[in-house]
Amino acid sequence: MGLGRSFSVALVGLAGHIVEVEADIGQTLPAFVLLGLPDASLTEAKERIRSAARNAGMPLSPRKLTVNLIPASLPKKGSGFDLAIMMAALQAAGDVRPSGGTVFLAELGLDGRLRPVRGILPAVMAAVNAGRPDVVVADGNRSEADLVPGACVRSFSTVAELLLAFGADPARVVLPPEEAEAGPGPVAPAAAAGRAPDMADIAGQQEARTALEVAAAGGHHIMLVGPPGAGKTMLAERLPGLLPDLPDDHAMEVTAVHSLSSTAAGLTELLRRPPFENPHHTATAVSIIGGGSGMPRPGAASRAHRGVLFLDEAPEYDRAVLDALRQPLESGELVLHRAAGTATYPARFQLVLAANPCPCGRSDEKGIDCTCTPTQRRRYFGKLSGPLIDRIDLQLALTRLKRSDMASMQGQEGTAMVAARVARARQAQHDRLGRWGHVLNAEVPAELFKGPLRLPRRMSVDLDRAMDNNVLTARGYNKVLRVAWTIADLAGQAAPDRDCVGLALAYRQNERMAA
Amino acid sequence: MRAKDKLGRSGETLAAAYLEQAGQRVVDRNWRGPAGEIDIVALEGATVVVAEVKTRRSVDYGHPLEAITPAKVERLQILARQWLQAHGMSSNGYRIDAVAVLDDGEHPPVIEHLKAVG
Repeated sequence: MGLGRSFSVALVGLAGHIVEVEADIGQTLPAFVLLGLPDASLTEAKERIRSAARNAGMPLSPRKLTVNLIPASLPKKGSGFDLAIMMAALQAAGDVRPSGGTVFLAELGLDGRLRPVRGILPAVMAAVNAGRPDVVVADGNRSEADLVPGACVRSFSTVAELLLAFGADPARVVLPPEEAEAGPGPVAPAAAAGRAPDMADIAGQQEARTALEVAAAGGHHIMLVGPPGAGKTMLAERLPGLLPDLPDDHAMEVTAVHSLSSTAAGLTELLRRPPFENPHHTATAVSIIGGGSGMPRPGAASRAHRGVLFLDEAPEYDRAVLDALRQPLESGELVLHRAAGTATYPARFQLVLAANPCPCGRSDEKGIDCTCTPTQRRRYFGKLSGPLIDRIDLQLALTRLKRSDMASMQGQEGTAMVAARVARARQAQHDRLGRWGHVLNAEVPAELFKGPLRLPRRMSVDLDRAMDNNVLTARGYNKVLRVAWTIADLAGQAAPDRDCVGLALAYRQNERMAA
Repeated sequence: MRAKDKLGRSGETLAAAYLEQAGQRVVDRNWRGPAGEIDIVALEGATVVVAEVKTRRSVDYGHPLEAITPAKVERLQILARQWLQAHGMSSNGYRIDAVAVLDDGEHPPVIEHLKAVG
């Protein structure tokens, strides 16, 4: 009798904090008091715990039960604390033996079943990092928790089995009847729906294919401007296929974000493929950046972390949404402030923008069919602010397909061939940049271009002239250099020559075509 | 007498015996005051103990102690002062106790006693 103690994890963004759960039984009339900034869903835990414990044959003590969640100042939400609170309460009553440093992460069903919760991967990672590798989760979360190296995971399907494992009196524990249907199980990895989009499907657009390859190889942001039907969306959808599998640490980051945001709890394996997020242009800033009431949740930009964020019909988005992307484009993370706390989510995505050349979409290189007024055209592209466009490394104009392009559809290179070249170029970047701790040309800081990666003057002469003519910003200057290095890597050259720089510069200057 | 009243009566008798055994002296039972009824009044030394007794056959509809709500405790406070007044005693030095009796009619009844609940 007296005091019980167990542990759980509270997630603030992706950062997990160990929460100590204390339970005290006082010699006074029955009550259940929950302290330590619980939110509404956590306050409901009282009723779930009372029912689950009783239905497992181990009712809570008919006395005043005071449960304290420590640290009290940290806001806590959600149902993942259910199990830890119940274990602390039963320890206080002496019904089970002390659980030591074990961390409990599960929601309770009224019938005494353990239910999976969201965010298991980051929670278990936090537990392991805090030196508490013993974790108990619901069966439905088992495979996700097992992904964390160093975790010692135990899983149970019912409270009754768990109580027996923690020394409860077998004569009292009530095992629930065997049931065929046990709630939603772990979600099977999405079966490849048909065939993944392949580069071989794209007719013509040789220049765009090359630009896409450069974008994939160096991790550059890309904008595709072209008339309807030119294949902008097709191209964008094929970018993830060109990217190599994620290394272990990146895969953990991506899986952690998706563990938080997936509605069906329970990932079964690390997400190895770069994610592809394709929000509709009516999306709000919160849905893309993340947010929501209480503790902010990740948005599309964070779900696209280490993958591709594709904004089709980019000028149709709210300007506020587009400009909100400027910060993650620079820092690779989103810091969201809300009343309940501040959450930091990673958002190092590759941005792909697609746009028509004008609202009517008929102004291609000649522009004679276009029915838009100059004001309409300016307003359309005005949505894409200068600072945003400036952050796009590759700006590409697509042209209307010709009949000869349609005919040339046979014999186009497939994704596998292009991806192999991308992989070689990435290896070259890794070999060159590894000693400075960078992986991709797109991440190289400007200092390196002034120092160790400085190009001979005769190679960068065109670039210098563009800078002198006020065509390029300082940021643009460095972006061209980054792209030039990627072009050189794809070509197997040790360093970019004047042609590489010239091509990179050409990718940059299409931005003026719309003005 | 109805079954539930019979059960309540037998529970109060069991509780009174329990309190006597625990060193209290029962001085009044089922005292009716303006605000309701007190089950047991006992003396523990100089302290007046007003005890509320709840009897149940099982915990299927909750533990008997759960039926002693904050509102009920509040009413017992008023009753206790009324009893003290009616007996010409000063209204300090009293306390409220709760006694739960679980009696399923087959096994020996289980009695739980909580002191100073109000």
